[in-house]
Amino acid sequence: MSSILAILPHIDLAGKVESLTSFLTTAWSPLFDGIQTVGNGMNDALTGFLQAVPPAVFVVVFVLFAYWINRKRKSFGLAVFTFIGLWFIYNQGLWPAFIDTLSLIIISSLLSIVLGVPIGIIMSKNDTAQAIIKPILDFMQTMPAFVYLIPAVAFFGIGVVPGIFASIIFALPPTVRFTNLGIRQVPKELTEAADSYGSTEWQKLVKLDLPIARPTIMAGINQTVMLSLSMVVIASMIGAPGLGRDVLSALQRAQVGNGFVAGLGIVILAIIIDRLAQRLNKNIKN
Amino acid sequence: MSVKIKVENLTKVFGKKVKQALELSNQNKEKDEIVRKTKATVAVNNVNFSINEGEIFVIMGLSGSGKSTLVRLLNRLIEPTAGSIYLDNMDVSKLSKNDLREVRRTKMSMVFQGFALFPHRTVLQNTEYGLEVRGVAPDERTKIAENALDRSGLLAYKNQYPHQLSGGMQQRVGLARALANDPEILLMDESFSALDPLIRGDMQDELMDLQEQMKKTIIFITHDLNEALKIGDRIAIMKDGKVVQIGTGEEILTNPANEYVRRFVEGVDRTKILNVEHIMSKPRAIINVDKAGLHLAMNRMVTSDFPFLILTNSHHEFLGYITDRDTALAIKKKGANANYKDIVKTDMHIVALDTPIPKIYRYLLSKGNLPVVVMDNNAIRGVIMRRNVIELLSSVAQEEISEVV
Ligand SMILES: Nc1ncnc2c1ncn2[C@@H]1O[C@H](COP(=O)(O)OP(=O)(O)O)[C@@H](O)[C@H]1O
Ligand SMILES: [Mg+2]
Repeated sequence: MSSILAILPHIDLAGKVESLTSFLTTAWSPLFDGIQTVGNGMNDALTGFLQAVPPAVFVVVFVLFAYWINRKRKSFGLAVFTFIGLWFIYNQGLWPAFIDTLSLIIISSLLSIVLGVPIGIIMSKNDTAQAIIKPILDFMQTMPAFVYLIPAVAFFGIGVVPGIFASIIFALPPTVRFTNLGIRQVPKELTEAADSYGSTEWQKLVKLDLPIARPTIMAGINQTVMLSLSMVVIASMIGAPGLGRDVLSALQRAQVGNGFVAGLGIVILAIIIDRLAQRLNKNIKN
Repeated sequence: MSVKIKVENLTKVFGKKVKQALELSNQNKEKDEIVRKTKATVAVNNVNFSINEGEIFVIMGLSGSGKSTLVRLLNRLIEPTAGSIYLDNMDVSKLSKNDLREVRRTKMSMVFQGFALFPHRTVLQNTEYGLEVRGVAPDERTKIAENALDRSGLLAYKNQYPHQLSGGMQQRVGLARALANDPEILLMDESFSALDPLIRGDMQDELMDLQEQMKKTIIFITHDLNEALKIGDRIAIMKDGKVVQIGTGEEILTNPANEYVRRFVEGVDRTKILNVEHIMSKPRAIINVDKAGLHLAMNRMVTSDFPFLILTNSHHEFLGYITDRDTALAIKKKGANANYKDIVKTDMHIVALDTPIPKIYRYLLSKGNLPVVVMDNNAIRGVIMRRNVIELLSSVAQEEISEVV
């Protein structure tokens, strides 16, 4: 039996991928260097700004915002949670790491949205594009996230930028998928109405598709933000700073307590972002 | 009378094996069989007709006969497989994308079965839509749209969202949206089919009034022969993608082109096939006891010359009826204390929407001049008076006479 399976010689896929990666690394190195410079610049600017805000002011702004978006429901739960959560992070000396993580998430989420929504739109308008992109998305999501770290380092070295790169690959798919889904779910009669009144493709997109699909797209974006948050520990393995690095170093030194505290910081951030995003989306919907 | 739209050999086949499917269709094979053999559906097969300017042209047929496809071929929401559509001698089927868009923006507007209002836009913003995509300045398009809404009595609702309106009102918005464009042609695909019978009747009347004033060319799709006969100047009957007869309502009733049309038309001249839903009228002698007392009721009966009033509440439930005599006596006896309870009677006949008409003959005969109440889901939907049935019977009699002649 094994002789049948061995009819073809061993295919050196690993070697092929390796040589492709090293080819890209050298051939496209100006591009990667450019991206790295721009990425570092963006991250430094954002981190610098967020670090410059006094933590107390930061906390007050977030708590007020959490209160403000819940003002109609007269509920203080989220505001109280935000206060206690952020205070805890400060109290545990995690503030600088928290800011680094926040900045990483903001940048990778924004880039995911900027890339993902247009890709989703193209997919929704073109069945061929959908047939091609869908399996790529499946691949991106099922491939273990660690694997992305290797080309990320090859292209961008160590630091924040490869972390952002790996996060985007991991976190992009929901935004693309949900944008595609939301637009495809626009009722046919509405599309016909827009067409029958002589809308251009662009007018149809802006005046009908995106407004109708918005709740669905927002749900996708919310997932994207959560996924990029879940990448912070993995991204720290290639030198991205933040709460992830604290978790990682606790892991390496088997410090249960420190690991727990830093992990809790990530959970708090996740809950605050998730609840704020959901509430915001609901407010817009009404 | 000038020809506005001329359709020549218009054909639409959904699927790949077009030739084979058309061949089978021309051998009068059933649609299911064609689909089984070729996986293609012949939705519209070699249709020819001309529509005159200012005419209401009704396209009628059973579900699946190709009506929606045909009307969408006219503005090319569906691309024809073969054939031509001439609009004032311009071949719409050959227009470029840009020219087609221009035609859609200025010459043809469509009204849909499910209203197709944009849920995220207000009534006014919906009405403005056509003008907006055309690039009309905001102030001007608001003015035009408000005018269109005003004509349908909807101006007060301009800042509401579609879901806040009833079905009938939504479709009035749909119509206002189409008219705001001031198109030459209105395409209406089963536009009233989703409305309940009384509202539908009102909308039909409004459409005919509008036609009197504005002289649009209207292509109206329906599966309801009664609706076709009521509003159509001419009617085209479709079967399996083909037009089997075109003519005025009178011609189709008296001279059906074939057995299929004959069977179709039998529905109208047999009272047995009609339900009470088709002939009921809106109750006028009716009063809401939650809102009006007995003295007001007496006043209504005297001023409107009703010998009785049907009593209902705010949920449109049937509570009974009162006669003018009983009311007068009660007021005389008890003055301000007179109450509905003392004199309400409940022996009126109540029937469901789908009751065949012959079933109610004896109710109408037995109860003096009282109407029969038509109820659905515990709500009053209409009443049938003797005159409703007499009108129907006399129209049947006329048709039978003209058939003999
Ligand atoms: N997009 C489509 N793809 C395939 N078949 C279709 C499509 N649209 C309509 N059909 C078929 O064409 C036939 C005519 O449909 P339609 O024009 O909607 O009929 P009607 O409006 O008279 O009910 C039906 O058999 C329907 O299944
Ligand atoms: Mg239809």
